[in-house]
Amino acid sequence: MEYIEIIGAVVTLIGTIFLFLGSLGLIRMPDVFNRIQTGTKATTLGTMLTLLGIGLIHLDWAGKIIVLIIFVLVTNPVSSHVLARAAHYIGIPLTSKTVVDKMAQKPAITVKKGDKLKEED
Amino acid sequence: MVNIILYTALGFVALALILTIIRFLIGKSVVDRVIAFDIMTVTSIALIGIISHFTDRVIYLDISIVYGLLSFISVIVIAKYFEKGL
Amino acid sequence: MIYTIIAIFLSVTILIMAITAIYSKSLVVAVISAGAVGLFASVVYLLLAAPDVAMTEAAIGSGLSTIIFFYVINKIRQNNA
Repeated sequence: MEYIEIIGAVVTLIGTIFLFLGSLGLIRMPDVFNRIQTGTKATTLGTMLTLLGIGLIHLDWAGKIIVLIIFVLVTNPVSSHVLARAAHYIGIPLTSKTVVDKMAQKPAITVKKGDKLKEED
Repeated sequence: MVNIILYTALGFVALALILTIIRFLIGKSVVDRVIAFDIMTVTSIALIGIISHFTDRVIYLDISIVYGLLSFISVIVIAKYFEKGL
Repeated sequence: MIYTIIAIFLSVTILIMAITAIYSKSLVVAVISAGAVGLFASVVYLLLAAPDVAMTEAAIGSGLSTIIFFYVINKIRQNNA
C-alpha cells in the first residue's frame, strides 16, 4: 500500500518532465510544423502519465481518470492535425532544411495561381 | 515522501507554463500563438490533476473534462476560420 | 503557502495576457489572448475553492465567447469581401 503511492508519484514526476521537454521544444524548433509536432507528441504523453500517476495514488478515482486519459488521447492529435492543415493552407513558410513537401503538388493549389506549367509535370 | 516528489512535479509544470507563455509573446505568426494556447490548455489539465491531489477533492477532475472539451472545440473553430470554411 | 505562490503566479500570467490583448495589432491575437485570460482565471477560481464558478468560467469565458467572436469576425470578413 505504501509502495504503490511512491510509484504513482514517480510516474507523475516523469510525466511533468515530458511536459517541460515539450515546452522547451516549442521554443527551440525552427518551423511552425516542427513546433506542432513536438508540442503535440510530448505533451500528450506527459499529460497521460501525470493523470495515471494521480490515479495510482488515489485508487478510488480510477473511473474519472480513465475517462480523462481517453479524452486527451483522442482529442489532442485531432486538433493538432486540423491546425497543421490550416497552417499549410494559408501559406506558412517551411524551413530551409525541408526535403519534400507532398501537399504542395496537389492540383487544387497550383491551378489557383494560374500556372499552366505546373500541371504537366 | 509523496508530497515532496509532487512539489517537484509542480515546479516542472510551472516551468513548462513559463516557456509556453514566452512562445505566446514572441510568436511571429498567428498559428504559433494558437499552438501555444493549445499546449497551455493541456498543461493546465495536468496542473488541475496535481492540485486535486493536494486538496483531496474529486470534483476538480470534472472541471478538467469541461476545460479540455471547450478548448478542443475552440481550436477546431479557429482552424476552420483560417481555412475560410466556417 | 503553496496555494499562495501558485495563485500569485497565475495572476501575473492573467495580467500579461490582458496587456497582450490590449496592445496587439491583430484582431485574432487579441481574441485568443482574451480566451487565455478566462482559461487562467478558471484555475484561480479553483484554487479559491469555488468549483462551480470555475466550471462556468471555463465553459463561457474561455470556450463560448471565443467561438462567438470568431463567428462574428468571419461574418464581417464575408461582408467586406
